[in-house]
Amino acid sequence: MWWKYLAGTLLAAVSVAVFILPPPQAQIGEASRIFFFHVPAALIGFVGFVFSAVYGARYLQRRDPAFDRKAAVAAEIGLTFTIIATFTGAIFSRVTWGMFWNWDPRQTSILAVLLIYGAYFALRQAVPFRDTRARLSAVYLLLAGVLVPLLFFVLPRLYPSLHPNNSLVSGGGEFAMTLPVGLTFGASLLSFLLLYFWLHQLADRAGRITEKLES
Amino acid sequence: MTGPDSTTASGIGFVVTASGVSKAFGRRRICTDISFVLRRGDRLAVVGPNGSGKTTFLKILCGLLRPDRGTITYHFHGTTVPRNHWHALVGLVAPDLALYDELTALENIRFLNDVGGWGKTGGQLRSLLGDVGLAGREHDLLSTFSSGMKQRLKYAAVLVKAPPLLLLDEPTANFDDSGAAIFHEVIQRQRAAGICILATNNKQEAELAERHIVMGE
Amino acid sequence: MPSGTSSWASKVLALLAKDLRAEFRTRYALSAVFLFALTTLAAVSVSLGAGGLPAAYLAVLFWVILFFSALSGLAQSFIKEAETKTAVTLQLATSEDVVYFGKWGFNLLLLLGLEVFLVPLFLVLLNVEVYQWWLFVTVIFLGSAGLVSSTTLIASVVAVAGVRGALFSVLSLPVLLPLLVPLVQVTEKCLTPGVMTPGTAELRILAAYAGIALTGGWLLFPFVWRE
Repeated sequence: MWWKYLAGTLLAAVSVAVFILPPPQAQIGEASRIFFFHVPAALIGFVGFVFSAVYGARYLQRRDPAFDRKAAVAAEIGLTFTIIATFTGAIFSRVTWGMFWNWDPRQTSILAVLLIYGAYFALRQAVPFRDTRARLSAVYLLLAGVLVPLLFFVLPRLYPSLHPNNSLVSGGGEFAMTLPVGLTFGASLLSFLLLYFWLHQLADRAGRITEKLES
Repeated sequence: MTGPDSTTASGIGFVVTASGVSKAFGRRRICTDISFVLRRGDRLAVVGPNGSGKTTFLKILCGLLRPDRGTITYHFHGTTVPRNHWHALVGLVAPDLALYDELTALENIRFLNDVGGWGKTGGQLRSLLGDVGLAGREHDLLSTFSSGMKQRLKYAAVLVKAPPLLLLDEPTANFDDSGAAIFHEVIQRQRAAGICILATNNKQEAELAERHIVMGE
Repeated sequence: MPSGTSSWASKVLALLAKDLRAEFRTRYALSAVFLFALTTLAAVSVSLGAGGLPAAYLAVLFWVILFFSALSGLAQSFIKEAETKTAVTLQLATSEDVVYFGKWGFNLLLLLGLEVFLVPLFLVLLNVEVYQWWLFVTVIFLGSAGLVSSTTLIASVVAVAGVRGALFSVLSLPVLLPLLVPLVQVTEKCLTPGVMTPGTAELRILAAYAGIALTGGWLLFPFVWRE
């Protein structure tokens, strides 16, 4: 319970701190502040994927429908955050490079993640029986989970990246990882993570109630 | 390991146990808390009206579906057979299952023989077809067969493996008198070969078994 | 009753032979795949005219045509087993490993058969010059192996789900992205004059993709095949 208060306070504090604490970045200026929302959102999008695959594997092992419900919940939240990251990324891309989309490796990989989430939910909707749905969607996510990481090896070696790799927060005339920047970023990341677990708990409870009402 | 290799036609030492098996599709209950132990020579009839879940229960028995609660186990001389080896020990004749229309009768059972590794010769396979009354039709495509002849071929298909557990769902569907004779012959032989489970609406067929489970109650 | 006398490989071959024979008689998948490939290629070729396209575009066109043609037919062999109720027969006839590798082999043969027909036609109709034949053939083979390895599992998923239509492509394409990107890159190299690059990095990625997909598919297939 206490951590929910922490999450709320932290989120509120971070929303304010982002605009006060770190100095505007040298080249991009004020627009750089989107970084503090964009990066945590992308990370949570990825966390949702990992959790969903792990719950899927647990389902295949134990055949407990609760694991399938949790897998779907993790994917729903992951998808939401991935969409947020895609949009904030596109805005950021427009400001820094002059176009919303330029097939930067990061954009390609986030699109792949979006497509997989989309396919996952398309599959879930297509299968009427609970047990079949649970096991097929778990299998699909696990296959995607072992193949998509290859993108991270494939892309950087094939295209030059414009993405402020880690350079946004390291040297190169970009964000210097000073104490205020690091502090704000760390707090933002933590608050997003807590928000994820909160949403997960809520959605899982809602799912459990829906199942009870249906049976 | 109790793989297919150690299976003998006589099914000695083969035991099937159900304990507390329950299954539901959504709100529809298929079976609740079914338990039994079956050994060689045992015959069990699963009876009940259409849609009461007889077919689903047979699919649970042969490992194609999982029960929601409870377990089915195959024992062979005291060792538990892992689920991925069950297919070699069980034969199923059912309306829900079909053979390949684009192959001939002989090609169908030759394929099942080869893919299962049963090692029967061409002559043995031909005589199996003769046993179910399909002599002379070995080289006809299955798509030209009547439903009764297809049902006969399904019997030939399970005889390829001579399984210690034989599951017959609506065993005489589409059969004429001589087809019904094949059914009687097969379950008679199964008495020595292992266990036989019949799912049927037909009273006379159900009476061939000494034990009964009534579904849909 | 000696039931283990024939080896695992001969069981796989029995399934492969059954599928080939059935396919040969009904042309269930073959006609769809070939006609799809032919019409797409014709449409592309007619609209673009012959020759003059940069290597990068040719490489993209080549793989897009091949991927979508393949996706139009590679699921058929599993879907047909499910629809004609022979899937239950197969489930009880042999082990899941035999089914997985048999279907994998059949799909690979189907795709290679398509390529034997499609590749020369592509080269002729679009006036394409290949500068590194060895690399080109290796890439096509590795690409096909990768494509078949991930889509065989997905085909089984679609068949068990009992849905036809677009779902197979929807599920396959995101998973195929890590394969498509290096394939296009290295194919471009084969079609570019003067550049004699071995493309080892890409080949390694292609081989890794095929290996991971085949292994992953093999480990996950039992969960699809039996409840």
